[in-house]
Amino acid sequence: MPQDHTAQVTATEALESEELVPPAEPHAAHETKDVETQADLSAEIKAIGARYAEALKNGKAPETMPRLDYAPYRSSILRHPTKSLHHADPETIELYSPAFGHQDVHALESDLTIQHNGEPQGERIIVSGRVLDGDGRPVAGQLVEIWQANASGRYIHKRDQHPAPLDPNFTGVGRCITGSDGSYSFTTIKPGAYPWKNHLNAWRPAHIHFSMFGSEFTQRIVTQMYFPGDQLFPLDPIYQSIVDQDARDRLVAQYDHELTSPEWALGYKWDIILTGSKRTWTENEAYGDAGDEE
Amino acid sequence: MSKLAPTPGQTVGPFYGYALPFNKDNELLAPGSPGSIRLQGTVYDGAGNTIPDAILEIWQPDSNGNIVQRAGSLVRDGYTFTGWGRAAVGNSGMYTFTTVNPGPVKPGAAAFISVAVFARGLMNRLFTRVYLPENEEALANDPLLSSLDSERRKTLIARRDPDGGLTWDIRLQGGDETVFLDFQQDGSLDLVTDQS
Repeated sequence: MPQDHTAQVTATEALESEELVPPAEPHAAHETKDVETQADLSAEIKAIGARYAEALKNGKAPETMPRLDYAPYRSSILRHPTKSLHHADPETIELYSPAFGHQDVHALESDLTIQHNGEPQGERIIVSGRVLDGDGRPVAGQLVEIWQANASGRYIHKRDQHPAPLDPNFTGVGRCITGSDGSYSFTTIKPGAYPWKNHLNAWRPAHIHFSMFGSEFTQRIVTQMYFPGDQLFPLDPIYQSIVDQDARDRLVAQYDHELTSPEWALGYKWDIILTGSKRTWTENEAYGDAGDEE
Repeated sequence: MSKLAPTPGQTVGPFYGYALPFNKDNELLAPGSPGSIRLQGTVYDGAGNTIPDAILEIWQPDSNGNIVQRAGSLVRDGYTFTGWGRAAVGNSGMYTFTTVNPGPVKPGAAAFISVAVFARGLMNRLFTRVYLPENEEALANDPLLSSLDSERRKTLIARRDPDGGLTWDIRLQGGDETVFLDFQQDGSLDLVTDQS
């Protein structure tokens, strides 16, 4: 096995050779203390949450998106706009989405457990759901991309220095095209929690990164799906950057025994609601045959 | 107005590099082919430092102003213009696309490319536009550009390079911060600060 492991690392480096990314999550330069602890971060998170609860009580509308300005995630401090986003009516190209079809994505790309010669380590799961727009219409024939850590919480990325084992049978990347009802389904491994360097003893709750397109480019979303009951939720600045509990809950999949496959894999259901569409739809588009030319 | 509450976005994180990029992702057509231009630029943070872990997407009409609806972006055949591309910035924060000058979708309209920006440390994707610099009358009449003051407006207009390409930088924060767009206007407050 050590031989296989070495081979995998080499393959990973080759895969990543064109990509240079600095070490994950360096500490922000503004810090005055040498090491920030979870208690420091939790106090900040709690204070922001308390102010939001107070604002809600005073009649403020619930927030639905993460805050771009959320200092507990230290890397966001210099990377968020300080001017308000400019209200704009989407025009022309923005009212359409790029088209993807089965020529773009092979059907087997939705099974992350069959990409190598052997079975990956970990708890096999099925993650399924539907991509819908804000009016509940299915988003058909569109691209869904996912990436994730392996069962040990390690990404197959050369800049991931977490000393957990790589799995020679797991890359952690999948793609699919949604069905006519907006449905998607992936077979994969439940990812492990992942340590990062935002602060001392920072751990990300287990998550799968999702990237989706709608029927308009303005609906483009990249997000993260979480697993129910994760004890790390209150501690995680990225999850907590969504200050509204109902909104956070929309990122948490539900265990679904109907989806569980006997003696094979546990099932999780997660639907994605895109932001509302602005374009006036024709009936054909509403049934989503655009973009699949096969 | 939407009936269902939208799923929140989250940061793309640091490890998209083995998942989102693909072969010829930034080549909407082959470099050197007739009509091809380079669109390039650098992504900066609020301290003026380059951001080495951002990834951009562009979505645009063809050179005649047609919005194409053709599959094949992920497996490019070298001939089909799909209008969509993706580019991870390099170590120096620079990105490059090979594409065409977009045509105006309506006669007399200003031609622009729609852009989505993702980065580690950026909590949610940002939308913006990059306009071609030439047609000043069209730019003056553009609904978005004419709603901006001249300093802000400049951040959305590319420079024409001597080789015919376009250069356009993105600044996530600061005095010359790029104009980023909110299309929803439905109370989903994309930019909320704790003081508000």
